[in-house]
Amino acid sequence: MTFGLVSVPVSLFPAARSNRASLRMLGPDGQPLARKYFAEKTGKDLDADEVVRGYEVDKEKYVIVTDEELERLAPEKTRDIDLKQFVPAESIPPLYFERGYFLTPAAGSQKAYKLLAETMDKSGLAGIATFVMRGKEYLVAIFSDKGILRAETMRFADELRTPSDIGLPKKKEAPKATVTKFEKLISGKSKKQFSPTKLADKQTDSLLKLVKKKQAKRSNIVKVDEEADKDHKVVDLVQILKKSLGGKK
Amino acid sequence: MAARAIWKGELKLGTTKVPVKLYSAVQDRTVRFHILDDRAKKRVKQHMIDPDSGDEVPTEEIQKGYEIEPGRYVILTKEDLEKLQPPPSRDIEIVEFVPQAKISQQWYERPYYLGPDGDEKDYFALAEALQHKESEGIAHWVMRNKYYAGALRAVDDYLFLFTLRDANEVILADELTKPSGAAPTQKELAMAKQLVEMLQGEFNPKEYKDEYRERVMEFIEKKAKGHAPRLKAVKAKRQTAALDNVLAKSIESLRKEKRAA
Repeated sequence: MTFGLVSVPVSLFPAARSNRASLRMLGPDGQPLARKYFAEKTGKDLDADEVVRGYEVDKEKYVIVTDEELERLAPEKTRDIDLKQFVPAESIPPLYFERGYFLTPAAGSQKAYKLLAETMDKSGLAGIATFVMRGKEYLVAIFSDKGILRAETMRFADELRTPSDIGLPKKKEAPKATVTKFEKLISGKSKKQFSPTKLADKQTDSLLKLVKKKQAKRSNIVKVDEEADKDHKVVDLVQILKKSLGGKK
Repeated sequence: MAARAIWKGELKLGTTKVPVKLYSAVQDRTVRFHILDDRAKKRVKQHMIDPDSGDEVPTEEIQKGYEIEPGRYVILTKEDLEKLQPPPSRDIEIVEFVPQAKISQQWYERPYYLGPDGDEKDYFALAEALQHKESEGIAHWVMRNKYYAGALRAVDDYLFLFTLRDANEVILADELTKPSGAAPTQKELAMAKQLVEMLQGEFNPKEYKDEYRERVMEFIEKKAKGHAPRLKAVKAKRQTAALDNVLAKSIESLRKEKRAA
């Protein structure tokens, strides 16, 4: 990441955990399954090095594009988040936000990292940049969140529809009395703070409850050899982030 | 062409109901590739296999399991999963309102336009009231057999419903600790402030274009015609100079740019 000529090497980590209720696909004996590509004609399974990426230019006519080509198409932007503009952090409408990542400083860049975080914190500004990662250009806003830098990827303006794209009716002046009625309803239910507990996922909760019940009854439990499942690891993102922010690998 | 509504519901504020239609506000423009079999240059299919034997497991034999500890799963049957589905409802229940900007960017997932379904008077009145109050509603609803939590907001006279991430999903900065290491000096902070202020502006989303998408499409077109251009390798760069020197140089070069403009 750069601002001006200052470069701040960083690592990106997702700022969200995966769904707690994610289920795995198991075979008839409870063995974890793997998803695999196969050639339709021969039925043969294909490994990662036996498949390529193709863009369909005509019916069943493809142009093959390699990872290297995708990377080389954006030499100046690849992996370089150049903060060319700073805007008031609260001025970006939520329509744009897509996904969050925490940024952690690479070894030796803690000072530059802190410098940027502290400067943004004091000014209430967010840095805006575009950069290319894994074959896609991202528009990002970088926020300082209690001294920790967080990137939010954003949608490009042409990825958001307008009311006329959708065919929504033109605004009609609403009667004052109706507006007042709604304003009163809003005031009556207003809270000062947002409480994330209001977002508890009931469905996940009931799924976890059912799992507990079945576990207690010892019904429908399968056990597989951990070795056979070594590619599947549950990661504790918070632990990884803490280590990385602490300057450890 | 007008978009098709993906769902119909009723905003419920106490006993007042406002019928609405839901439309996706997002139009994905990512360049879509297909995965091809390298030899045959044909599209591939996917299936589930038993990694030990390499044999395909047909869909009807696949079970779903929740991992309770490494290697131990509780099987959830089709019937179990059906029972977990919430009862269908058309209500978008607004449980409370909070001031705008109280919900951090991290929570927002996907925006939907709400359009009036029949009566337009209440729809635009609610949008106006939300804008006046600078408020955002916290909403709960059930759509396609799934519970959703979200935010109701008015933007430029129209109502939007955002899906918000689940409370347990988002990692908050509070859970983490600030990075360790040396702190910047007062001089560096003053220079960084000056630098950032020189780059300060208004957020104007139309200024940012997905140039890379255009470049990829152009390259594909050329390659389709058999004239793929040669592309240079990407080199990584490294900063070696001291922080205050780099800051001073940055400020100087921005000044020059401004003078030239």
